[in-house]
Amino acid sequence: MTQLTGLLPELEIVRKDFPILERTFDGDLPLVYLDSANTSQKPQIVIDAMVDHLERHNANIARAMHHLGAEATEAFENGRDTTARFIGAPDRDEVIFTKNASEALNLVANTLAWARPSTGSGTDLSIGEGDEVVITELEHHSNIVPWQLLTERKGAKLRWFGLTDDGQLDLSNIDELINERTKVVSLAWVSNMLGTILPIAAIARRAHQVGAVVVVDASQAAPQLPIDLAAMPVEERPDFLAFTGHKTVGPTGIGVLWGRRELLEQLPPFLGGGEMIATVRMEASTYAGIPHKFEAGTPPIAEAVGLGAALEYLAHIGLDAIHAHEQAITGYALRGLQTVKGLKVLGPLDPALRGGAISFELDGVHPHDVAQVLDSRGIAVRAGHHCAKPAHARFGVQASTRMSSYLYTTPGEIDALIEGLEYTRSYFKLD
Amino acid sequence: MSQDLDALYQEIILDHYKNPHGKGLRDAFEAEVHHVNPTCGDEITLRVHVDGGTVADVSYDALGCSISQASASVLYDLVVGKPVDEAMVIQEEFLQLMQGKGTVEPDEEVLEDGIAFAGVAKFPARVKCALLSWMAWKDATARALKEED
Repeated sequence: MTQLTGLLPELEIVRKDFPILERTFDGDLPLVYLDSANTSQKPQIVIDAMVDHLERHNANIARAMHHLGAEATEAFENGRDTTARFIGAPDRDEVIFTKNASEALNLVANTLAWARPSTGSGTDLSIGEGDEVVITELEHHSNIVPWQLLTERKGAKLRWFGLTDDGQLDLSNIDELINERTKVVSLAWVSNMLGTILPIAAIARRAHQVGAVVVVDASQAAPQLPIDLAAMPVEERPDFLAFTGHKTVGPTGIGVLWGRRELLEQLPPFLGGGEMIATVRMEASTYAGIPHKFEAGTPPIAEAVGLGAALEYLAHIGLDAIHAHEQAITGYALRGLQTVKGLKVLGPLDPALRGGAISFELDGVHPHDVAQVLDSRGIAVRAGHHCAKPAHARFGVQASTRMSSYLYTTPGEIDALIEGLEYTRSYFKLD
Repeated sequence: MSQDLDALYQEIILDHYKNPHGKGLRDAFEAEVHHVNPTCGDEITLRVHVDGGTVADVSYDALGCSISQASASVLYDLVVGKPVDEAMVIQEEFLQLMQGKGTVEPDEEVLEDGIAFAGVAKFPARVKCALLSWMAWKDATARALKEED
């Protein structure tokens, strides 16, 4: 196997933690899973933790007055503690469990839409006519549509950072774009399509100068970049950070919103129901403190247990080591992809400036057809717009093929991809 | 799995993909529709020109994979010049083939080159690609007929 510096030293052992990587098709064709930016695979320890919870500790939380109820509550809250440690949250009660990252972002956009003008000393979170919300052109649809809905409802204006030809954020007009009318700046930390790592510290610094709230979609960052919110200088720290469990080797059905306590306390509730109240009378109710104020109804309990196991697993391997592995694999993949005739990578070509998702075009073959031919060889990639239609439009393409690696990806799998792409070219009779 | 692949990408499909028939938007039309496949982003703008109960022209501009492009080309071959009623029967036959999960035996008399899509019916993710232009045509034709009334 190719020797690359930066690979996880125990890569073969790590791979054995993921039972699905043993899958074969048609008897002997091994799975080459290069779709981890879509969803990551799950290590045995996550599967076991969830099964064990369901087999031995299952009960509803925080309301069942029995042994199992106490165990389930503890397991659920342990998931929150682990999550808080994983992102270096200054306060574990600032971690809110949602359904996914989309719901986390919608929670922020909706509660901001409902926020009343501040009468006291806190930040005025209300948004009205003449106010502006700033996003970027490379966002996933889940960080575009909630802000379109918010600005349409409130008569505010949605603005965005454009992109440079090499897939970076165009910061040339940052001081004009983020101004005294800006109430919210929401952006991805790592692009799911171009792979670009965004300068969130510089943007947060500027946004905070004008009193805007900073929301970071860390869906692609949390799996591969070390995050330590408490260690960030306050002026560079986001006010909200969202990510999803299933991309960090955890289960689907659970997402995370971290928010600064002061803001979470000031915002109105999102969904109403059980568990989010202090007291309910027929005339009116009062609400629980954070995080429960934002967790109406029975939460994803087994999923929180699974997420806790997942984040402990990643922390045990170490995010620095995972990031180094991703960079090594990404660099190797970028070099290999550029040897394929007619292939064009969208986004930065320097692995130090990007994450592990690489979107590309293959001249003469549509991405769906590329993905189909690769699938016939056991290679799983994603084809389409990757929920980032505006970013594709910016580069004049309608769809692309995307490979995305993770901590279990080997150089040999990248070789299989490159061979598969050469085969695709010959299958479609390109010279 | 490469056997399945050949069943999906019949030579006829690849030929239509490389040399699509009737492609481009033309001026004579009573209805124009724009259909998208939201999951993959494939798009088609399609115009229908109906003259005296006959499909006089179907012109289109489409972005998408080989299956969706070839399907539009075959649609053009099969319906242009036919009475609208007959074309609708062909549309229904093609729809049944595509929704048959690989169990429907296609009738070459009716579907001509369209029988090459029989293999696509075994790939659930690709059925929508094959149907995009056909659903757009049905929609546009219904509107064109309303226009005529």
